Amino acid sequence: MLYAFLCYNNEDAVFSWSQEEDDAVMRALHEVHAPLQRAGRLGPSVRLMPTTAATTLRKDCDPPLVLDGPYAETKEQLLGFYVIDCENLEAALDVAKDLAKANPGGAYEVRPLRGFAPGSLAPEAMAR
Amino acid sequence: MSEFAWIDAALTAARPQAIGALLRYFRDLDLAEEAFQDASLRALRSWPQNGPPRDVAAWLIMVGRNAAIDQVRRRGRQEALPDEAAISDLDDVETPLAERLDGADYRDDVLRLLFICCHPGLPATQQIALALRIVSGLSVKQIARAFMVGETAMERRVTRAKARIAGAGVPFEAPNPAERAERLAAVAAMIYLVFNEGYSAGAAERDDKAALPIEAMRLARLLLRLYPAEPEIMGLMALMLLHHSRSTSRFDAAGEIILLDDQDRRLWDRRMIAEGLALIDKAIRHRQRGPYQVQAAIAAMHARALRPQDTDWAHIDELYAALEQLAPSPVVTLNRAVAVSKVRGAEPALAMIEPLGERLAGYFHFFGLKGALLMQLGRAAEARDAFNQAIALATTPAQATHIRQHLDQLAKDAALQN
Repeated sequence: MLYAFLCYNNEDAVFSWSQEEDDAVMRALHEVHAPLQRAGRLGPSVRLMPTTAATTLRKDCDPPLVLDGPYAETKEQLLGFYVIDCENLEAALDVAKDLAKANPGGAYEVRPLRGFAPGSLAPEAMAR
Repeated sequence: MSEFAWIDAALTAARPQAIGALLRYFRDLDLAEEAFQDASLRALRSWPQNGPPRDVAAWLIMVGRNAAIDQVRRRGRQEALPDEAAISDLDDVETPLAERLDGADYRDDVLRLLFICCHPGLPATQQIALALRIVSGLSVKQIARAFMVGETAMERRVTRAKARIAGAGVPFEAPNPAERAERLAAVAAMIYLVFNEGYSAGAAERDDKAALPIEAMRLARLLLRLYPAEPEIMGLMALMLLHHSRSTSRFDAAGEIILLDDQDRRLWDRRMIAEGLALIDKAIRHRQRGPYQVQAAIAAMHARALRPQDTDWAHIDELYAALEQLAPSPVVTLNRAVAVSKVRGAEPALAMIEPLGERLAGYFHFFGLKGALLMQLGRAAEARDAFNQAIALATTPAQATHIRQHLDQLAKDAALQN
C-alpha cells in the first residue's frame, strides 16, 4: 500500500529557524530518507513555500473564485494533490480552472514549491 | 535542533499573538509584556518535562493572564481588570485549555498591537523601537546596538513611546476601515525602515544590525497573513526577500560592498528569490500598481538575470518610469538614468540627470554616475571634475576606491593620447 505523509507544523516557528537550524533538521531527515530511497520505497517529497505565497481557487461556484491566501475552511477535507510545472501563477490558475471544469465542487489551493525530490518509487509500486 | 532552541523559536513565533491578546485584557503595554515574560519563564520550566502544549499561543495567553492577575492583586493596584466571571474558570492552567481563539480574535489582537506601535502620534524612531521591543521581542540592548544608540537612551525612547500611548488615550479598539488603510501604510513604512536600517549597514556595524532584516521580514509575513489580499504588502515582502537574497554576495572578505554587476550570482539565495517572484505574481493579478510592487519588480529583473549582461534594462527603464509617477524623487530619476544609459546610451541619460544637480548636490551617486556618463561620451575634463566631487562625498572606502579606478582610467587614456 502506498501512503501519503502530510506534514503539518507551525510555519511561524519553522520559518523562524536560522539557516543552521534548518540545515540540521534537513540532515536529520536525510538519515531517515536515505534507506527508503535506496530500497525504492520513497516517492516524491516536496517542501512548500509559506501559506502567504498561496492562492486558492474556490470551484463550488461558476465561474470559480480566486482568493489570496491558503485554503482556510474546515468543511472540506484534503483528498489529493498534484505537482504541475507552470510558467507562473496565472498559468497555474488556468490549469486549476481546467481541472475545476472537469471536477467542480470544493477548492484547489495553489502553492509554489520550495523544494522537490522525485524519490525512487517505481510506477508499478501501486499494483503491489 | 536542541530543545531550548525549539522552545525559543516557538515563543518568538507565538509572541505577537500572545502579547496582542494580553493587551486586549489589560490595556496596558507594560503589563502585557510582563505577563508574556512570566509565561515564557514558566514555559522554559515546564515544557522540557511535560512536552510543548498543542496550542502554544493559547497556553502563553492563559498562563500569562493568570500570572499578571496575581501580580496585580499582590501589588494591590486598583486597575480595571476583566470581570471575575470571565476569568474564574482559568485557575488550573495546566489542564487542557478551554479557550479557543478564533481567527477574528487573532487578527484583531495582532493588528491592534501593530497599529498601536505605529500610532501616528509617535515619531518613526519611537515606532520602530516599540515594534522591535514589543512585537519582535528584541532586547533594548539589541535594539540600541542596532541603531547605534546608548542602551539608556534606547530604554528612554521605549519608555517615552509607551508613556505617550498611555497618556494620549490611544484607543485600544481596532481602527475603522478608513483609518485602517492609513495605519497599514504606516506599519508597512515602519517595517521597510527596519529592513533598510539592517540592509544598508556597512561592514563595521553589520553584525549588530543583522537581526533587523530578519525581524522586518517576520513582521511583513505577519502583516501579509492578516491582509492576504493587499498587493502592496505582497510587494513589500517580495522586495525584502529579493534584496535579502543577495546578502551573502554583497560584501568582500575585507567587508567592502560589492556592486551588483560584480557580485557572484551563484551565492544569491534562490529560495528567497523564488518566494519573492511568487509574491510578485500574486500581486500583479490585482492590477493596482504601488511603489513597493514596482521596486520589487525592479529587484526581480536583476534576480532573474543569471549574468549582468542578461539584465533586461529596457524593462527596468519602464519600471522606473512607473515609479517616477507613483513616488517621484530625484534618486528614482537617477536610478532610471542608469537604465536609460544601458538602453539608449549616455547622452539621454546625462540629459535626464542634469536637472537634478541642485537637489542631489550632496549625493555621492549623482556625481559617480555623472562622471561615468561623461567618461563614456569622451568628455574627460568634465568627467574628472565629477569624479573628484564624488570622492569628496564618498562615505565608504569602497566608494572612493571605485571612483579612483575611474580617475586612473582617465589618466591612462590622457597619457595615451599625448
